Amino acid sequence: MTDVVLRFTGVSRTYRSGDSDVRALDGVSFDVEAGELVAVMGPSGSGKSTLLALAGGLDTPTRGAVEVEGTALTDLAAVALARLRRDRIGYVFQDYNLVNDLTAAENVALPRELAGVRPRAARREAIAALARVGLGELAHRFPDQLSGGQQQRIAIARALIGQRRLVLADEPTGALDSETGEAVLEVLRAHVDAGAAGVLVTHEPRYAGWADRTIFLRDGRLIDSTGPRATPDQLLGGRA
Amino acid sequence: MQRNAVRWGLLALFADGPKYGYQLRTEFDARTGGTWALNVGQLYTTLERLDRDGLVAEVGTNDEGRTVYAMTDAGRSALAEWFATPVTDTDRPRSELAIKLAMAAATPDVDVAAVVQAQRTESMRQMRDFTDLRRNADRDGDDIAWLLLLDHLVFGLESEIRWLDHVEATMLRRQRRTRTAGRAARPATPDATGPATGSVGGAVTGGGAASAEHRTPATDGTEPVR
Repeated sequence: MTDVVLRFTGVSRTYRSGDSDVRALDGVSFDVEAGELVAVMGPSGSGKSTLLALAGGLDTPTRGAVEVEGTALTDLAAVALARLRRDRIGYVFQDYNLVNDLTAAENVALPRELAGVRPRAARREAIAALARVGLGELAHRFPDQLSGGQQQRIAIARALIGQRRLVLADEPTGALDSETGEAVLEVLRAHVDAGAAGVLVTHEPRYAGWADRTIFLRDGRLIDSTGPRATPDQLLGGRA
Repeated sequence: MQRNAVRWGLLALFADGPKYGYQLRTEFDARTGGTWALNVGQLYTTLERLDRDGLVAEVGTNDEGRTVYAMTDAGRSALAEWFATPVTDTDRPRSELAIKLAMAAATPDVDVAAVVQAQRTESMRQMRDFTDLRRNADRDGDDIAWLLLLDHLVFGLESEIRWLDHVEATMLRRQRRTRTAGRAARPATPDATGPATGSVGGAVTGGGAASAEHRTPATDGTEPVR
């Protein structure tokens, strides 16, 4: 039994630019199952960000369907879509997008409070989520009192809090050094291993290596995808 | 180069005490995570040479009657020197991939972009598999030699993939430049430079076929180039 969390079926997205149409995404189909992290790679302008925006319901396809947990996003009314985005989908951006006037714990608690959870309960959840990313001690600090890596981990705690089944990460390691980048991937990977589905847009092969599968975009098309895993013997035998 | 690496690798195993032949094979395997298939013949030949060169010497036999060797003083200083000397890999750039892409770029009718992408997918697949092993090694074990070896493979693949991106970008840039140059040069010298620039474009991708058509010079020198 496969448990598909995100499904793209023949998804195209065309933008109007002056007199001509620009096809940002062109007939893209793929699934992401629960427990699976899929990396998306491709040169700039290949459609990575469009793909992520469509997956998160921030944009609508011109053709084809995007389904999250079996529901086509285009079938949802605005309110239902907003609720799905808030409760089921977590976003991690390169520039963290934290609210500077709120502490780490308040930032993480925010989506829960918006979801109607009472402030004290939301705060408890937030502190637990921060502890899971190794920042339990820093819950009362403000973002500008923290390093880039710590801020990104707060952003991840915020993205993963609640019942988020789908995590969408856009170059989450972009501004971080190698060690910190790995710490961020570790948190993301652990959440996916616990049953979520993840999409990771990155241009760093070393971080894409943390994904179960990498799909390659070129001019809006999905041109290739990494195959199944090799056994350790095949792997090391091939190198010997 | 490879033979040399095995020689020094085996000598290094004597640093923590005398060893017999087969023991070396097991330890070599363990330290290199089985990534370097060392056959028994190669092992004993190398051991004989180390003995001949005075870097190790027989020190007797063990309970099972196996000949035991130990590192000599000369061996110790040679090993210290090996560790102190950076590797200047004279095999570079003799990798099949480098040769393949160099040939692909210069061979007509080869879709270099497809060659690059096929390699990128394969390298990325290996990257994932080695990253898996590395994560497990980092979490479960304290085998630092194995971890560093996996790091070596991961970073090697990373540089390979970056290089592939670079190859692709370079080809695209040259293609554009060839096209622009063709456009600028054609009216002035319709015949002489046409085939030369055209052949560079033709070698790059299928797109070159289009510029090849334009090699036929227009009689009035005003042939439109798209």
